[in-house]
Amino acid sequence: MSNKINHSMSLASPDAFHISTKQKIALGLGLVGLLILALALLNVSLPNTALFLVLALGLITVGTVIYARDAYLTKLEGIKNDGVWFKSISSRGFWGWALGIILTTFYIVLYFYPQYLGLGQDGAKNTGLIGFFDPLSNLLSGRAASQWFVYGTLYTIAIGAFGYKFILKYRHNKYQQLRTISVIFFQLGFAYLIPEFMYLMNNDLPYYDLKSVWPLNYYIFDEWSVKGFLSNGNIGLALIIFGILSTLVITPILTYKYGKRWYCSWVCGCGGLAETAGDSFRQLSSKKMSAWKIERWLIHLVLVFSVVMTTAMVYSYLGKDSNAFWLTRGVFITSVIAFLTVIFAGIMFFRGKELGKDAKYGAIGYATVIALLLIMHLTSTTDHLFFVKGSALRSVYGIYVGSIFSGVIGTGFYPILGSRSWCRFGCPMAAILGFQQRMLSKFRITTNGGQCISCGNCSNSCEMGIDVRHYAQKGENIVRSSCVGCGVCSAVCPRGVLKLENDSMEGRINPTEILLGNDVDLMDLVNKN
Amino acid sequence: MEHIAIIGNGISGVTLARHIRKLSNKKITIISAETDYFFSRTALMYIYMGHMKFEHTQPYENWFWEKNRIDLKKGYVNTIDTDNKTLHFAEGDTMTYDKLIIASGSKPNKFGWPGQDLEGAIGMYSKQDLDALEKFAPNKEVCKRAVIVGGGLIGIELAEMLNSRGIPVTFLVRENSFWNGVLPVGESGMINRHIKNHHIDLRLGSNLKEIKSDENGKVKSIVITETGEEIECNIVGLTAGVSPNISFLKDSGIELGRGVKVNPYLETNIKDIYAIGDCAEQHEGINGRRPIEAVWYTGRMMGETLAQTICGNKMAYNPGHWFNSAKFLDIEYQTYGWVFNAPREDEAHFHWIHEDDTKCITVNYNKKTNAFIGINNFGIRMRHETFDKWLTEKRDVDYVMNHLHEANFDPEFYKHFEKDILKAYNQQLQTA
Repeated sequence: MSNKINHSMSLASPDAFHISTKQKIALGLGLVGLLILALALLNVSLPNTALFLVLALGLITVGTVIYARDAYLTKLEGIKNDGVWFKSISSRGFWGWALGIILTTFYIVLYFYPQYLGLGQDGAKNTGLIGFFDPLSNLLSGRAASQWFVYGTLYTIAIGAFGYKFILKYRHNKYQQLRTISVIFFQLGFAYLIPEFMYLMNNDLPYYDLKSVWPLNYYIFDEWSVKGFLSNGNIGLALIIFGILSTLVITPILTYKYGKRWYCSWVCGCGGLAETAGDSFRQLSSKKMSAWKIERWLIHLVLVFSVVMTTAMVYSYLGKDSNAFWLTRGVFITSVIAFLTVIFAGIMFFRGKELGKDAKYGAIGYATVIALLLIMHLTSTTDHLFFVKGSALRSVYGIYVGSIFSGVIGTGFYPILGSRSWCRFGCPMAAILGFQQRMLSKFRITTNGGQCISCGNCSNSCEMGIDVRHYAQKGENIVRSSCVGCGVCSAVCPRGVLKLENDSMEGRINPTEILLGNDVDLMDLVNKN
Repeated sequence: MEHIAIIGNGISGVTLARHIRKLSNKKITIISAETDYFFSRTALMYIYMGHMKFEHTQPYENWFWEKNRIDLKKGYVNTIDTDNKTLHFAEGDTMTYDKLIIASGSKPNKFGWPGQDLEGAIGMYSKQDLDALEKFAPNKEVCKRAVIVGGGLIGIELAEMLNSRGIPVTFLVRENSFWNGVLPVGESGMINRHIKNHHIDLRLGSNLKEIKSDENGKVKSIVITETGEEIECNIVGLTAGVSPNISFLKDSGIELGRGVKVNPYLETNIKDIYAIGDCAEQHEGINGRRPIEAVWYTGRMMGETLAQTICGNKMAYNPGHWFNSAKFLDIEYQTYGWVFNAPREDEAHFHWIHEDDTKCITVNYNKKTNAFIGINNFGIRMRHETFDKWLTEKRDVDYVMNHLHEANFDPEFYKHFEKDILKAYNQQLQTA
């Protein structure tokens, strides 16, 4: 069989795709950097922590940079996918599974057992890996490191170093380069540095990554968060207003103009990691129809869950007395239901026909949310919602969606499910943006007439598991809610068939039977039926 | 229920089957000896290069066929009994049909070279060819050098494949410049240089004299006619074009030329037997096309058309404006309308090439009427729809050159060259 896959464990692999000596040295450097981190984790005392921290992070970065330069700059510009399905790590071979297990373990420890990373308990000093990062945290914000600081630092370095690799890989493609520079910028600035500096300026302010928008930052409307903002005067108030505007105004406008890609593959941190460190795994996402079905159920369930949960959270700390504060539980629940109803009615009115069978599912989703909200309102007591304590409800969401789904499965399973499984199956933000992208956006991937040869490079490289070829070979534009607009399908197409575009809504969705290039009469006859 | 049997599960046969299913309830059987399921032949190269696995080259999931009631039969048709409408398979079984469509595609050309059937002398057309390549050239340790004979689209793809595994390639091209029977000189020259930049040993104006065998009947070396030079190699890729795969029809009574002879309705000389795709040969080329069109797109269009005829809406194969595409290593190529390697009577070429030597265009137009006839674009993507429209509207070359930006299909943020091209075009007009 020609479609062999070598699941070799050996680093000196016997298959045809060798890595050069320089690449081996680069890998070695990176591994030494990781080894230093491992030593810190095991509480091996290192003499000059700050120096070793710089060394470890530096080696990881330099190793990746050298590897990338040798892999791509020694060749002519072009598509660089040779051997991705032969390499053990990128084809669910031994190294793929090994990496998946290591990452998953890391996330479980990070979320649930940070003490094993050395987080000081009950005010004790940090030790281990977290203690190792104290000097850097002190430098940036004058406080000791937390597990989130360690994670954030490693995350930012991964996006930076692998982003550099990605830029070299696509050095003939300006779209890919700009997009990658953008995610590096937003990760480094907005997710990593600015929150630290904000803490320096005003250390009561809750952590706020300005680019993180509800429902992604599901915690922003929690009681502690809102109180934290409100107790910080104008700046806090401004931030919370910005948070609301982000969701209700800024996001819809940008998505209308550019599709959800403005967020998912230009700004978002989860997307940023998937596009850079996760790039080697993009081909692993399943393109099966069955996977698409699971995706649609799962992601919309999470969305329903997160709408109900956020409403419940805000509801739980509102009062009943309108004299105390105008926004009472009653006013709040009424306005949420009214808002959802206006949106639902609008969609059904303007797009109902086009949705076809999906309209039914939309109606079920809408009815579920409203029913849940009404049940909640009618059965709630002061501190109980859905007959459980409000705080318990929130922690369920935090654990199952915020931690297990987005972290443990979303990133830990990169080498198994592909790089965007969180974005695809679980992200409520992606669900909202995607919904809008499908309904009200100028964005589409245009198919270039009849030029498709059904080769499958586009589908293979789609990290969101869209069977791009299914549309392209019919001469049909790709308008899918899950498309994050990474543009890789367009890049790898050997015949110049796909182009990401913002154009008018007219003719955006164009199902055809007979493709351009055939008999004009035949095309007219069949396509107009 | 009428039984439609289709020999060949390539793009032509599968497109036909899909469209018949959309239009009717007829019983459909697709027969193939090559693979169980339809795959994209054009994607075979990416399997060897490790970009995809074989399953990824299959445009439809395996459940698709049963769901759409398209029966798949694995078997090799030995003979056709046209009187009794019966197929006889090499495996011994038979099948009757009401209508038969021959869509058996092509096979690689072999021109009687000594040693052409040795072990390690392979074409690059079928799944079996790919399996053979994997066997004889799995890596550069087993295959120390490969020689490719024939400078066309498949030859350069095979060169790219072998190159991806670090196997040194010597590329024998009969012509004195790559594919210059089709490409104008400026483009052909650019591709020559691009091939060499990939460290492929390109030998222009070189013919294969013979393939020499080792003691085990395996390829050992080749000899070049012009120089007598002997080059040691472990495989020889025979990629000097393809011809219709019709040897199983020779005693069937179906009229054959180089391919299966068909009229514009894609009917053969025998009632209820049709031929489409690579293996069909028109008595006369339609709209200036060649009688045999071994191209993905034309196979698909024939399938779309014949489905109408079979389902009661008789239609001649009357394709629209010519288009095609290919990729030469890293350089994409598209063509719309007609551009020949040298201008024909009353025609002139405008050629523009970028200084980085990876992008160029050639525009063919009528010197007398100024009518735009066609464009070749390399390294710049163009919009099919726009050119199709301009060709239908019979735009003149000035209009096309001044509106070229409307046809640009490159990804966002790419550098545009329409201004440079227009400037060069205007300068050429002034000096001409």
